[in-house]
Amino acid sequence: MADPKAFLTLRRATPDRVAVEERVRHWGEFYRPAPESAVRTQASRCMDCGVPFCQGDTGCPVHNIIPEWNGLVQRGDWREALESLHATNNFPELTGRLCPAPCESACVLGLVNEPVTIRHIEQTIADRGFAEGWVVPRPPRRASGSRVAVIGSGPAGLAAAQQLRRSGHDVVVFEKNERAGGLLRYGIPEFKLEKSVLDLRLDQLVAEGVQFRTGVDVGEDITVEELRAEFDAVCVAAGAGSPRDLDVPGRELDGIHLAMDFLTAQNRLLAGDPIVGGHIDARDRRVMIIGGGDTGSDCAGTCVRQGAKSVRQFELLPAPPHARAESTPWPLWPMQLRTSHAHEEGCDRDWSVATTAFSGANGRVERIHAVRLERKVFADGHTDFARIAASEFELEADLVLLAMGFTGPVKSKLLVDLAVELDGRGTIATDSAHRTNAPGVFAAGDARRGASLIVWAIREGRDAAESIDRWLRAPKTGN
Amino acid sequence: MTEKQGLYDPAYEHDACGIGFVAHIHGVRSRDVVEKSLELLRNLSHRSAVAADACTGDGAGILLQIPHLFLRRVCAPIDISLPDAGSYGVGMVFLPTRPADRAACERIVESIVADEGCSVLGWRDVPVDDEVLSGPTRRGRPAMRQIFVARMGVGRDLDPNYSFEVTLYVIRRRIETALRDIPSGRDCYVASFSSRTIVYKGMLRPAQLTPFYADLRETDLTSAIALVHSRFSTNTFPSWRLAHPYRFLCHNGEINTLRGNLTWMRVREGIMSSSRFGARLAEMVPVCGENQSDSASLDNALELLTLAGRPLAHAMAMLVPEAWEGHGTMSVERKAFYEYHASLMEPWDGPAAVAFTDGRQVAAMLDRNGLRPARYVVTADDFVVLSSEAGALPIAVENIRAKGRLEPGKMLVVNTTQGRILDDEAIKMELASVRPYRRWVAEQRIDLETLVAVESAPREYLAPLTIRQRAFGYSTDELKMVIGPMADAGEEPAGSMGNDTPLAVLSKRPQLLSSYFRQMFAQVTNPAIDPIREQLVMSLAMNLGPQCNLLEETAEHAKQIRIAQPILTEQDIDALRGVTDPSLRATTLPALFPVGGGIEALETAVEELCRRASSAIAEGYGVLILSDRETDSDLAPIPSPLAMSAVHHHLIREGLRWRVSLVAESGEAREVSHMALLIAYGASAVHPYLALESVTALARPEAAGDKPHGDAAQHRYVKALGKGLLKIMSKMGISTLQSYCGAQLWEAVGLDASLVDRHFPGTPSRVGGIDMDLIAEETLRRHSSAFEDDLVAPRLDAGGEYQYRAQGEHHNWNPMTIAKLQHATRGDSYSTFKEFSALVNHETRQQSTLRGLLDFVARDPIPLDQVEPASAITRRFCTGAMSFGSLSAEAHETLAIAMNRLGGRSNSGEGGEDPARFGTERNSAIKQVASARFGVTAEYIVSAKELQIKISQGAKPGEGGQLPGHKVDAIIARTRHSVPGVTLISPPPHHDIYSIEDLAQLIYDLKAIAPKAAVSVKLVSEAGVGTIAAGVAKARADLILISGDSGGTGASPLSSIMRAGSPWELGLAETQQTLVINGLRGRVRLQTDGQLKTGRDVIVAAMLGADEFGFATAPLIVEGCVMMRKCHLNTCPVGIATQDPELRARFAGQPEHVVNYFFFVAEEVRELMARLGVRTMDEIIGRTDFLRTLPSPAHAKSGTLDLSALLHLAMPASRTHPDRVTRHHVRLRLNDSGQEGGLNHILLDRAQSALDRGERIKEIFPITNADRAVGATLSGEIARRFGSAGLPDDSINVRFTGSAGQSFGAFAARGLSLDLEGEANDYVGKGLSGGRLIIRHPRSAQFIADQTVLVGNTALYGATSGEAYIAGVAGERFAVRNSGAIAVVEGVGDHGCEYMTGGTVVVLGRTGRNFAAGMSGGIAFVLDEFGELEQQCNAGMVELAPVSVSAERDLLRRLVEQHARFTGSARAKRELGQWDRSLRNFVAVVPTEYRKALQRQSDGAAASTGARRGLVIGEARRG
Repeated sequence: MADPKAFLTLRRATPDRVAVEERVRHWGEFYRPAPESAVRTQASRCMDCGVPFCQGDTGCPVHNIIPEWNGLVQRGDWREALESLHATNNFPELTGRLCPAPCESACVLGLVNEPVTIRHIEQTIADRGFAEGWVVPRPPRRASGSRVAVIGSGPAGLAAAQQLRRSGHDVVVFEKNERAGGLLRYGIPEFKLEKSVLDLRLDQLVAEGVQFRTGVDVGEDITVEELRAEFDAVCVAAGAGSPRDLDVPGRELDGIHLAMDFLTAQNRLLAGDPIVGGHIDARDRRVMIIGGGDTGSDCAGTCVRQGAKSVRQFELLPAPPHARAESTPWPLWPMQLRTSHAHEEGCDRDWSVATTAFSGANGRVERIHAVRLERKVFADGHTDFARIAASEFELEADLVLLAMGFTGPVKSKLLVDLAVELDGRGTIATDSAHRTNAPGVFAAGDARRGASLIVWAIREGRDAAESIDRWLRAPKTGN
Repeated sequence: MTEKQGLYDPAYEHDACGIGFVAHIHGVRSRDVVEKSLELLRNLSHRSAVAADACTGDGAGILLQIPHLFLRRVCAPIDISLPDAGSYGVGMVFLPTRPADRAACERIVESIVADEGCSVLGWRDVPVDDEVLSGPTRRGRPAMRQIFVARMGVGRDLDPNYSFEVTLYVIRRRIETALRDIPSGRDCYVASFSSRTIVYKGMLRPAQLTPFYADLRETDLTSAIALVHSRFSTNTFPSWRLAHPYRFLCHNGEINTLRGNLTWMRVREGIMSSSRFGARLAEMVPVCGENQSDSASLDNALELLTLAGRPLAHAMAMLVPEAWEGHGTMSVERKAFYEYHASLMEPWDGPAAVAFTDGRQVAAMLDRNGLRPARYVVTADDFVVLSSEAGALPIAVENIRAKGRLEPGKMLVVNTTQGRILDDEAIKMELASVRPYRRWVAEQRIDLETLVAVESAPREYLAPLTIRQRAFGYSTDELKMVIGPMADAGEEPAGSMGNDTPLAVLSKRPQLLSSYFRQMFAQVTNPAIDPIREQLVMSLAMNLGPQCNLLEETAEHAKQIRIAQPILTEQDIDALRGVTDPSLRATTLPALFPVGGGIEALETAVEELCRRASSAIAEGYGVLILSDRETDSDLAPIPSPLAMSAVHHHLIREGLRWRVSLVAESGEAREVSHMALLIAYGASAVHPYLALESVTALARPEAAGDKPHGDAAQHRYVKALGKGLLKIMSKMGISTLQSYCGAQLWEAVGLDASLVDRHFPGTPSRVGGIDMDLIAEETLRRHSSAFEDDLVAPRLDAGGEYQYRAQGEHHNWNPMTIAKLQHATRGDSYSTFKEFSALVNHETRQQSTLRGLLDFVARDPIPLDQVEPASAITRRFCTGAMSFGSLSAEAHETLAIAMNRLGGRSNSGEGGEDPARFGTERNSAIKQVASARFGVTAEYIVSAKELQIKISQGAKPGEGGQLPGHKVDAIIARTRHSVPGVTLISPPPHHDIYSIEDLAQLIYDLKAIAPKAAVSVKLVSEAGVGTIAAGVAKARADLILISGDSGGTGASPLSSIMRAGSPWELGLAETQQTLVINGLRGRVRLQTDGQLKTGRDVIVAAMLGADEFGFATAPLIVEGCVMMRKCHLNTCPVGIATQDPELRARFAGQPEHVVNYFFFVAEEVRELMARLGVRTMDEIIGRTDFLRTLPSPAHAKSGTLDLSALLHLAMPASRTHPDRVTRHHVRLRLNDSGQEGGLNHILLDRAQSALDRGERIKEIFPITNADRAVGATLSGEIARRFGSAGLPDDSINVRFTGSAGQSFGAFAARGLSLDLEGEANDYVGKGLSGGRLIIRHPRSAQFIADQTVLVGNTALYGATSGEAYIAGVAGERFAVRNSGAIAVVEGVGDHGCEYMTGGTVVVLGRTGRNFAAGMSGGIAFVLDEFGELEQQCNAGMVELAPVSVSAERDLLRRLVEQHARFTGSARAKRELGQWDRSLRNFVAVVPTEYRKALQRQSDGAAASTGARRGLVIGEARRG
């Protein structure tokens, strides 16, 4: 180990973002490359903890062995670092870009200083791996003879597919869109993830022998019976695509869109793919985004790049504190104000606001009506939000994007025909081994867990693959 | 003797004692010799112990020449007509009391006597007086009878030279064998059977011996030689037979290597022959009986060697050789003698003062470490008196011709037939010249290093390294934390914060078989050794090849391959394989089993391996290499400890073991503990090929950077293993690897008893566990994960043993439990605490601890409000010993404040304490007294409620420690009485506790100075700890702490953290059971610690026997610790385990948080008590009947455990009704200190006017060796009233004449002057705290004062300030750990000024070996007239220089002048008379680091005089 007290002397530094005015003029990623030495210096801040909380229950869901590869990076052993990272995470180039990094909020250094730049180190390792040509296909050494269908090509499906393939199974990934990638391809804006990055990874999967059948809506295009006949096991990783809607007067007006439709359209436009229902353009519009989460922020960045006149975001909850809230002490995921790149780029936020109605003219939205909320303790002791009397207000808006999260998987024919049970939250019910009630059918990712992080999707996919593998290898007695 | 039950096993018992002899040089028999020896014995009473009834003694006895005239007189009336002296033998026989049984035994005895061609002259009842015995002793007393046997010509088929003594030996051995086979014979014992000597002994106190045996009072019972012994046993059922002397010797100390010695004796019996015994030898085996004490076994061995023809001294020099390996000045002939005998026998190693006799010669010797005292006097009227203590037999000064002490490894022989005394030099020179040992060794011995390795092709493996590593369970964790650092630094890596992973048998991950074994270690009854500073006694050398007949000596005996250390590299093993000498050829046996054969294949393969070993021996090979190198996809390795031990024991059983040495070629062995385990179970050497290959791979030139690579890395790795092995051996008090080999000093935790009996016989395994099937299963899991898993990119497992890894081994302290506990205590949320405890208790049950496998028996609940309040429970809580120095001041004081607030007790740890804290809320109630005695001043001691003697600590039992100089800042230096920036070493042992009676002495000392404080003794759980604890209770401790293996917050070597000691559940239960059985439980409180976290833990511990509970890690977590495990690096980011001001500023703990934690635990305890229907803790202590084993195990491995021994409800031997047991458990009282009314109390009375009114007083008293710790009580009172400032110089001046007992002037406080004319024993001025000691020989002494021993061993140990003027020679370890006292002495023994960190020592004379070892501070001036110092000095840390600085010259002169003035020393006067010449002979011994630190200080100081001068003079003035 180099200097065991480096964490005291070195400050946290993340790569610079390209200036707003420059970056909003294109769709590409906008972080300036950091020199290798800077990344190694950052890695040397890692304290190599006896109990690395970054790995713990409130840290990295795929249990990346973060201290190990921090140490390797610090020593400049990038290749070994990539091996270590790949041992736990199929797609570090994705999590390195897209993960909100619960590892960093659990980082022990965060207790006394600023946490290690774990996510950026991860991305650097992964990008370097691709650049050096170290990311090579790793086809299985032996064929198992079993066939597995993976439904959905988002991060959960892809992770499951790669793990299953490497265990020697024949794996077919079904994707209803014309390209694989799921939310990664259609939901995540290009400026957060250039699709070429995704394609490189898909190339590896293909080279390892994973087969993709795109443009196939399982349940519709092929029947469940056909699926069962062809495959020994099925992994449902179809996502939680059913959006939460806003049932207020005026919702039917034109110019009010679901966030995912908006983001998908832009991604399709960039890819040159046909856009079902037409492109949604924010150019010169006063955009109102309902929902303060990451999707909302993605919408904001997209709108800015499309040339919106103004972008504003409403959030139901009150503004969190600037620092970690007392209710979420370290190492918990902190309740705290997070300011994304989009907010730098020109997006105003308004907190404790409930949307009450839309109004407009000519069937098109022009105005949003809202009211302010406050936290109130009721007589029985429970607390909830209550409208503040006489706080109603309205704003002009000619494009409204609803980014209020998802309620669970789309109740497709597939789910109906597979006859899988759902749980109380509307997601697919499974046991701890990802098994559904339907024999040989497993579930993973948002479809099972509810909308969550990419890193959780990868974990889900890996866990499900392990269960499926064990199930396939076990002597069959019933289910 | 009490039978084995529960966890109690009488095999663990230890003893130690006082020894002595009186002899007339010319063999003149007299009554005087007998009476003097009995008087001497009585005066050693305080070195023995009594049982719980305060009446029964542990044993006393005397060995005499056959008192012919007396016997003839007493035999005449009973119609026994004795022939001439020497032509009959006397057997002293203990017989059953039932007449029928006795008659049966006697018939057997008589028939054997007749069968051996002797005649029975008759039996005599030995008159005894039962009135002197206590009830139980009386009931258990055997009948004592003497049998008289006459020789009738030469025995049948025997050598014509066959002596009568040999015949009597054969008769006795046959009697012993024959009586063993009949039920009534078990009570029989032949104490002696000889024509020369007779033994009177029994389960007596020394003072009871003469009243009991009427014979000893008869005036015509005379002898020229008398050997006496008083015993201190750890058990309380010492049987009559365990008293000493045995037939040839009596022994003070302990043979640590016994298991190995017994094994090798058995092995050698296979090739033993002697013309003296002829064919009868076969009936003499086993030579050493099983189930007897170490001393008895040593006696057996000595007896055999002597009767087979070796002189007495020769036999003892073989058995207990001095440290010759690293001796710089020993003659080559003498070295050759020892080297030759190393081929015949391994040393019987351990603390030993042995007095021995064959009835004509009487002798004594010390072991190589000289760890027991022995002082002797030669009188003008031709007596020699030797004893454990000087002055035990008062002798008029005028009659003393010479006085001396035995030195380490040295012998003294009195030959009464020749009428001369032989000193060590004369004896050894004679022994070494009897045969051409030097030539024999030179011609026969092969040195492996000198062999040119046959050029071997690089090995080729089908599988890549990673796959093979996986097959042996390697992890990245291990490479990074253990193997890599060893190859980098050549040292074992350190870690911190204990071990919170599951026991191997509870782990869900496959574990190496090695992980099921735990190292044993020495505590109390024998000391650990410091293998670094005292390297001169250590040796890793081994001899390979067949052994020869022990009873003969030929050149052939030396024909063996010698290796300097046991870890073989690739070149070494190739060289070994290349040896061509027919009897030393090596062959390789595959230790593998077929994967396809499934689980059964392992057992079959082990059997096959054993068969192959036998046939290889038949083919004449001399070295067998057990190898798993050919492991591949079809063959899995037999776990190497299993392969090794199975073959070792198979060959022993077959009587073939002597013909070969075993070598392990193991892919499994990589850690130090793996090597040690293999060697302990029979390996002479280990070739860890896969570890070596891993080192090379890790240290690739391109990856290693500036670190060593290739051979250099391997070399460092091997070096680290060697150092680690030395440490493991020294933990057990063993000096040579040869003695460690086969010694089996390991405990199995989680192995099936029948498996252990089959393949690891003699190993304790007390809770059962896995058998062959699961061992095979775990091996195959590793194997298949390597060879069968379809891994596209195989990597090693993360492991996660040393650092938490989500995918690795389970840790009790993990992100979730740590976070929950911190959230609960900071937010004062009991509900969050309950989440924490639910999590912990669930985990504990699932997978990690023995207590987790226990459940409570269902009982009727009571309402919570009927349970005693939480405040009654928190009083039972303590925090663990963590020193200020290891912890920051903030963290340390926060714990103290919290514990004082909640009525518990915090522990100072071993680093002293800032006096500003005494008497405030920040005072630590428990003050620790550890081996380094940092800041252990009189004031420190009297500020404590409890004084804790730390014998061992869980993280590193049997080891010392080191606080590196960079951590020693100004405040720590002040607290520890040292200099900033200078490294501080804690020695492995307490240098005043080498034995159980020494512990009793330290307890006595502490009670003398602080009568109101409770004294506790901290032990670590291991098999046998209960028996140690019983001894500790008898040594009058008030409280015993049984620490678990898992705790430990400080830095220690990783192998100690992970692989030493056993869980507290085992140690606590064993202790509870042993104390109850021995009737001692009521005398002590019991405490336990080791990863206690929740109320459930507390309740289980209470039911297993604990009254009190210690917590260390949990409160640190509460303070903010996040288990960085970086305590040893000073980089603790939360400001707890660091002294860095920047980091300390981040400390966020508050006393309130700690208080919250303990009240939460107490509340949970209350809830559980309510559920169990008990109102007070007292009701559940020791109630194992409230516990049961959980019905359903969490997994297959844990299901194999059997905890019934743990749950055994012990009963006192005197009671049978269970209801009374519980009351017995909780009856508590402080042990009497046993010192009321002594000299100390008289002194205190007389000093009142000085204390109250500051008057100066002078007193004069006579003193004897029974007056111990004189001055301590008065010093305690001074410190209590006046603190360290004490009284003005010389306020209280007391003069003594006589022989002072041990610890004279201990902790003497400022203002107290003690002036002794006479002599003193061990521990003079221990912990000297400002007082002045003056000691000189009597004015009328005839001997040469400055060459005669005046004070015993370990004087001024841990002295912090004060002065001592000693006008004579001191024993070994003078001024060890002195940190500020000034001393002038006229000669010192070995290890003088060891570990000294401050103060000034002037030696006006010679020093022993290893002077200034580990000395990091202070200065010593040695008058080196003969230019020997450089040779004698351990130059590791010091520089030698002339006394050139004028300040030093002035200081030296002033000290010598003071010495002359105070003591009247002729020597001092002589030197002062020729001062300029003397000055040239003086050498200043100054620690290098210290000199630099002073230089830094002086650079920093503006004063031009220089800090060194200032400091030295300042110290002198302070004195």
